[in-house]
Amino acid sequence: MRDALLNVNGIDVYYGDFQALFGVSITIEAGQVVAVIGANGAGKSTLLRSIAGLMHPRRGDITFDGAPSGHAAAFDVVKRGIALVPEGRRLFPSLSVEENLKIGAQSGRPGPWSLARIYQLFPVLAERKHLPATALSGGQQQMAAIGRALMSNPRLLLCDEISLGLAPIIVRDIYAQLPAIVGDGMSLIIVEQDIAQALKAASQVYCLQEGRIALQGPAQSLTRDAISAAYFGV
Amino acid sequence: MTEWLNVILQGVLIGGLYAMFAAGLSLIFGVMRLVNIAHGDLIVLAAYVALTVTDTLGIGPLTSLILVVPAMALIGYAMQRLLLNRTLGDDLLPPLLVTFGLSIIIQNGLLEVFTADSRKLQAGAVEIMTYQVSPGIWIGLLPLIQFIVAVAVIAGLQVLFYRTALGRAFRATSDDQSVAQLMGLDTRHVFAMAMALSLAIIAIAGVFLAVRSNFDPAIGPARLIFGFEAVIIGGLGSMWGTLAGGIILGVSQAIGAQIDPGWQLLAGHIVFLVILAIRPQGLFPKVSG
Repeated sequence: MRDALLNVNGIDVYYGDFQALFGVSITIEAGQVVAVIGANGAGKSTLLRSIAGLMHPRRGDITFDGAPSGHAAAFDVVKRGIALVPEGRRLFPSLSVEENLKIGAQSGRPGPWSLARIYQLFPVLAERKHLPATALSGGQQQMAAIGRALMSNPRLLLCDEISLGLAPIIVRDIYAQLPAIVGDGMSLIIVEQDIAQALKAASQVYCLQEGRIALQGPAQSLTRDAISAAYFGV
Repeated sequence: MTEWLNVILQGVLIGGLYAMFAAGLSLIFGVMRLVNIAHGDLIVLAAYVALTVTDTLGIGPLTSLILVVPAMALIGYAMQRLLLNRTLGDDLLPPLLVTFGLSIIIQNGLLEVFTADSRKLQAGAVEIMTYQVSPGIWIGLLPLIQFIVAVAVIAGLQVLFYRTALGRAFRATSDDQSVAQLMGLDTRHVFAMAMALSLAIIAIAGVFLAVRSNFDPAIGPARLIFGFEAVIIGGLGSMWGTLAGGIILGVSQAIGAQIDPGWQLLAGHIVFLVILAIRPQGLFPKVSG
């Protein structure tokens, strides 16, 4: 068995006194695509934020590429090779599209991703590179947010609800680019409410319910009934 | 007529100094939403650092900038890293209180070390050289240098903000701190760099202030007010607006002083209040930057 790229080992994560995650463990190998699904408030975003270093587990640990990363700061985690596409895209409104992409390369990690390659992947961004990020449509902003994360040449990309608020056809277009993105052996964790989309893209699925893993397994092996039971807790 | 032209011209030139007071203040507020109450006292501190350097090494005040600027920048970096970063958060009050405390500490520290005597930096012949532009209109070399330096500082800041990676980091951090961290930016370092830059500008402003007029440990707060007024008149977040704000303040004061010498400061404050009442967003506001 190969060594896992990322090991999240029984983490408890809190917002102040409120506990959002209870002993959550997930594992991802190099080149693997994992989906994390669950209802609103199940703790999906908290899990991604913890992996990215924006939050730190009170108990349990996170190991990335053999080194503990659970208590590293976010700016350090990205240098090790984890990039987060945050929920709601969160582009920098004061920066142009191109500047948003350039700042993604701030961490200075070498790798295959460059401005030219992002523009090749999403040609519409090249056309609008000098506009402020706020002038883009929702779908284009999502492309820019993904591009910005890729510019750090991550080994693990975390995508938080990239379909949120977008027209289905645009979601389909963006998901159609996923194979090109993970082609270099990059690992990917996608958090989605759109279960069908997530199951199609991923090989392994975790379902969170109220801060706990309610179900996990290979995407093909999970039945609809099992998923809805884990999703809604009925 | 020429008398008034002269007055306005002198006002414009002093406006450059006010713009330099304001630029550092505006930069800090823009990047980290911190209102630095100690800004004026740091200007005075820079003047005393320059005084010490010129006295010790026997060099001129303008030459002393080579040492005073990096020294102040270092102080700024350390002050942000060790003290002010700990005060930043959702609440605007802690940094306000801490910089207010710093202001008092700096004033009293300077009083203790340098006494309350008025001091002045001597720049030599450059102080009294003047050029006649046209009959009746004279420009002093020193105010002219001061104004050119101010324009260069503002232009430099503009280039730094919009053309460099550091400027990009400033703007990104100002927009969204947590996402900036996801990009690999250590916001504590970014803030400290902004404070270092602010104090580098303060160093330049402090030296010009100290060459132009007498200074003592108590004059800081009034410089802070001038800086504030220039920022608000020009509009937050716009560097060229800050220059315009400084010039408007300088011209207002010069015209006020021409009408009646007692009106110099009052005229500046009145123009500030009128602009604040009519256009609270300032004359040249800009959302970004």
